[in-house]
Amino acid sequence: MELQTMIWLIVGASFALYFGIAIWSRAGSTSEFYVASKGVHPVANGMATAADWMSAASFISMAGMIAFMGYSGGAFLMGWTGGYVLLALLLAPYLRKFGKFTVPDFIADRYYAQSARVVAIISLLVISITYIVGQMTGVAIVFSRFLELDLFWGMVVGMAVVFSYTVLGGMKGITYTQIAQYVVLIFAYTVPAVFISLQLTGWIFPQIGLGATMTGSDMYMLQKLDQVLVDIGFTEYTINNNFGTLNMFLLTMALMVGTAGLPHVIVRFFTVPNVRDARKSAGWALVFIAILYTTAPAVGAMAMFNLIKTIHPAETIAEDTLLYEDRPQWMRNWETTGLLTFNDKNEDGRIQFYNDGNREFAAMAEEQYGWKGNELTVNRDIMVLASPEIANLPNWVIALVAAGGIAAALSTAAGLLLVISSSISHDLLKGIIAPKISEKTELLAGRIAMSAAILLAGYLGLNPPGFAAQVVALAFGLAASSLFPALMMGIFFKQMNKEGAIAGMLAGLFATLAYIFIYMGFLFIPGTNLFPNNADYWLFGISPLGFGTIGAVINVVVALLVMKMTKPTPAHIQDMVENIRVPRGAGKAVDH
Amino acid sequence: MQPTGSAAEYWKANVRLLVGCLIVWFVVSFGFGILLADVLNHIHLGGYPLGFWFAQQGSIYAFIALIFFYVWKMNKIDKQFDVHED
Repeated sequence: MELQTMIWLIVGASFALYFGIAIWSRAGSTSEFYVASKGVHPVANGMATAADWMSAASFISMAGMIAFMGYSGGAFLMGWTGGYVLLALLLAPYLRKFGKFTVPDFIADRYYAQSARVVAIISLLVISITYIVGQMTGVAIVFSRFLELDLFWGMVVGMAVVFSYTVLGGMKGITYTQIAQYVVLIFAYTVPAVFISLQLTGWIFPQIGLGATMTGSDMYMLQKLDQVLVDIGFTEYTINNNFGTLNMFLLTMALMVGTAGLPHVIVRFFTVPNVRDARKSAGWALVFIAILYTTAPAVGAMAMFNLIKTIHPAETIAEDTLLYEDRPQWMRNWETTGLLTFNDKNEDGRIQFYNDGNREFAAMAEEQYGWKGNELTVNRDIMVLASPEIANLPNWVIALVAAGGIAAALSTAAGLLLVISSSISHDLLKGIIAPKISEKTELLAGRIAMSAAILLAGYLGLNPPGFAAQVVALAFGLAASSLFPALMMGIFFKQMNKEGAIAGMLAGLFATLAYIFIYMGFLFIPGTNLFPNNADYWLFGISPLGFGTIGAVINVVVALLVMKMTKPTPAHIQDMVENIRVPRGAGKAVDH
Repeated sequence: MQPTGSAAEYWKANVRLLVGCLIVWFVVSFGFGILLADVLNHIHLGGYPLGFWFAQQGSIYAFIALIFFYVWKMNKIDKQFDVHED
């Protein structure tokens, strides 16, 4: 069957499934809209959390980043999984015991002040909107490729789909659809990986294939990849460190801490029946996430290998590279989106793909082969979507990947939009501005907030300040520097008072935001940055991606200083903290 | 109200377990995967240099094991101090 027909069929079928579930379990009351009914089993909750969590950044973008970054891509892998350890050990059980609906609810009660709630809401909105920008970029890429549109129209279609999808159902719909989405996305990710691993190494499990020898050779896959990369002027894959040790450390930490501070993930742990299950849910979520995350390194490495092999069929640069005329269909397809470009600098009609930033190598290549610079630009975000095509896999696999990418982006966007809508309608409107509004008005306000967020994120996502995974990494930095320290001190440090927590959150959030805007532009608008975003200009060489870790330190230091100078925490709050530390007596989550 | 003796001890046991788990968490990822990666890369696990393996595979497996170990241990502590749920 034609690829295009196949894509319509499989993507269409997956959508029918999600919409079906959403309609079947349509949210009726407000409490269902936010947290679904109680009693979601830990394994089911773990699976839904995994779908919620694994976004366009994980599915579409991450392996592509790893493909180009080699070893240092591990920052994303460790960062986005290690956070679950923090979540399971430091936050989830206590927040469940506390038993309210939202993160601002907890902050407001623990720090006994509405102003604390407002600061938490601001942090939450900044985090979620940054995060959605990354999702929308991913959504636009998927739709533009598979509907053969340019990126702008891909975004328009993506926004329309996200809109009709999220404004329709609430959390209840989302919990069940997310389980369906998890199944779709994990199949879509692992099936092509298994095929490619079998092709290259003969191993079914890509996790083993990546560390095994290549079919018909006694050379290890990674060794071979190191070699072909060095041949075209890059650093060895297995030791390539794009970030430098300091930034890799800071980025990994920011992603881990940020994971544990992400409102749309935390809110998941309010929905399990008891404290014991809250702990276990985080473990199950990580199991389901790890299936994708341990596959991703193989997807990235093997896609890179196949890409180079396509351009340099002889595996040595001494031989002729691929003729542009002979380029495979997948390259032609991606050229329409503008995300893969060819510029025949030396006008020989052949594609040269190499590291022209490596001066020594570039000079050698020019002298010996007449190469005038790298001629092929491949957007990192297309690597995962293109990898089955690069490997010549059957059409249904390619179509499946499209459905998976859409599922990943949709499920996360839906979870985030829900958090945005609940923070505006529930926390801000009903909690502070107009406590007496009816449930109906509350729901309406939530839907308006969602729509506005989609429009804003779509607009910003057209000119993203980086690849999807990088934009999302910024959201984590913001979560790490604002919410996580306040939540953690709220549980582990009884003496922390409202003044300290509020000052800390504000200091951490705004320091991190300022640092990001200085290098990446105010509100990410291109051209509004004060300094170029590169290591020569960074403060102490710290990348904006990893600055969240510094922001978190600023948060804690400011909080402690302010706490010392202000009134101690009242006794009844300290008692409340004592109470949430003990599992027994966790009732159902209650509304106000 | 100050916590009673057993509540304080429960919390202490919990924090002790947490600290132990977090040390392992730090060592497998930041230790083996980042700070010591260059040294560990001299050792190979099949085709994987060991530091690379920890950064891209091993730390993730360790995280899963850690969480389930913590859940199991914590349930025991809950029972021991009689604060477990029904």
